[in-house]
Amino acid sequence: MEKIYLDHVATNPMHPEALEAMLPFLKEDFGNPLSLYPPGAKAKEAIEGARGSVASLINAKPNEIIFTASGAESNNFALRGIALALQNKGKHIIVSKVEHHSILNSARFLEKSGFAATYLPVDKSGLVDPDSVQKAITKETVLISIIHASPEVGTIEPIAEIAKIAKKNNIFFHTDAVASAGNIPVDVRELGVDALSMTAHQFYGPKGAGALYLKEGTRIVPLIYGGIQEGGRRAGTENVPAIAGMGKAAELAKRDMGKRSDYVKTLRDKLISSVLSKITNVYLTGHPEQRLPGHASFVVEYIEGEAMLLLLSAKGIYVASGSACSSKALKASPVLLSLGIPSHLAQGSVVFTLGEGTKEQEIDFLIETFPQIISRLREISPYSKGWEGTEDGTCTAKK
Amino acid sequence: MAIAEMAGREKLLKFLDKSIAADATTDIIYMMCPMHLLTLQERIKELKVGQVLAILTDYDGALEDIPAWCGKTGNEFVGVLESPDYYSFYVKKLKE
Repeated sequence: MEKIYLDHVATNPMHPEALEAMLPFLKEDFGNPLSLYPPGAKAKEAIEGARGSVASLINAKPNEIIFTASGAESNNFALRGIALALQNKGKHIIVSKVEHHSILNSARFLEKSGFAATYLPVDKSGLVDPDSVQKAITKETVLISIIHASPEVGTIEPIAEIAKIAKKNNIFFHTDAVASAGNIPVDVRELGVDALSMTAHQFYGPKGAGALYLKEGTRIVPLIYGGIQEGGRRAGTENVPAIAGMGKAAELAKRDMGKRSDYVKTLRDKLISSVLSKITNVYLTGHPEQRLPGHASFVVEYIEGEAMLLLLSAKGIYVASGSACSSKALKASPVLLSLGIPSHLAQGSVVFTLGEGTKEQEIDFLIETFPQIISRLREISPYSKGWEGTEDGTCTAKK
Repeated sequence: MAIAEMAGREKLLKFLDKSIAADATTDIIYMMCPMHLLTLQERIKELKVGQVLAILTDYDGALEDIPAWCGKTGNEFVGVLESPDYYSFYVKKLKE
């Protein structure tokens, strides 16, 4: 049976050219970039080349790119490193309720370290209201961080508008662009952001390579002390193969973005309209238009997400339910709850994310198979007659 | 450290009571050793003889290292200004 991978927001297969770019540094060109002899220089050259490609993808300067090991590290680095660097100016930060855990948990860490944090609500499509950002600003606010695009519901936030508010109030602004960078146009100058997180495996690069864009001249407290790598801001011998792969993937993403985006968008729209027309009591989550091009997310009434995942998996279709961690923890996604989706509905979350390798016949097969799976699950669902007792957040089947 | 040695180091330090005009400034606050020396070495190359480089750092070891680096490389350590959170070191380039 053919396997159909529709979880591109979790990770992506590597582009063959990105893999090719990595191989020499896993084999004969194994030198340490800090070494002064030729193999070291070759590794250093690969890193600087990749820095240029990553910078070019987001219209930054090469010296504004700091390589990290992941998007989560970039987010931790930005939030904790910037807040700590600015703590003499004030001790209040603003984030939204739909941030990734690497932002939310960093904010909680800062709260334990004496900062105050505001968690902004979102509307039913997952959008942060720029006015709410303005209203949350106090004299103590030093940092605002709002996600660019949600991996769970696909909504793209009005980052440029929020960045303007931050700038007007002289507050540092970071965005988590892990799900967006490399997939949709991300220009740090146009967006007006001071820092931005991204990761290679979201655009067909390897895992283990992330980057933080940090506007030239920004002070940041390192997370990792040690050597002089990344200008003394992130110690540790660089993951040269992964960085080389990220550089190549960034180059390809810049070249192919329009083509990739148009392709997955057509398939996504077909999938969304078919699911909504063929299945009753199913709702699209996130913004209907302002969303990632390959992202189709739904909540299906009377069914648990895990059940859908397992039956789809049995058919060779791999998808997600809520965020990857929520999926494992079998909890209703806090992101879905913050969109005002009731907890019983949030349990029925399913997220399809398409990539450049997704074929139209795969989407056709899904469109044919998914309604059958839903019917089967609803036949055996203890919740098929509805829900009750949901006021306290618990769900029981209606008798 | 011997008292005579400490006195000698303080003499070498030359604390300033106000900032002075610099031709270039580099901010390496929160960067640890040896970024102060590497940055100094790199940035001084970009200056012309007679120009002054200001280095902003909160690394205490710089109090000893920067004057010593100047002595070793034949550049002038103009002085250091202490602010509540960081130091501003001033180095005049004396030779290419």
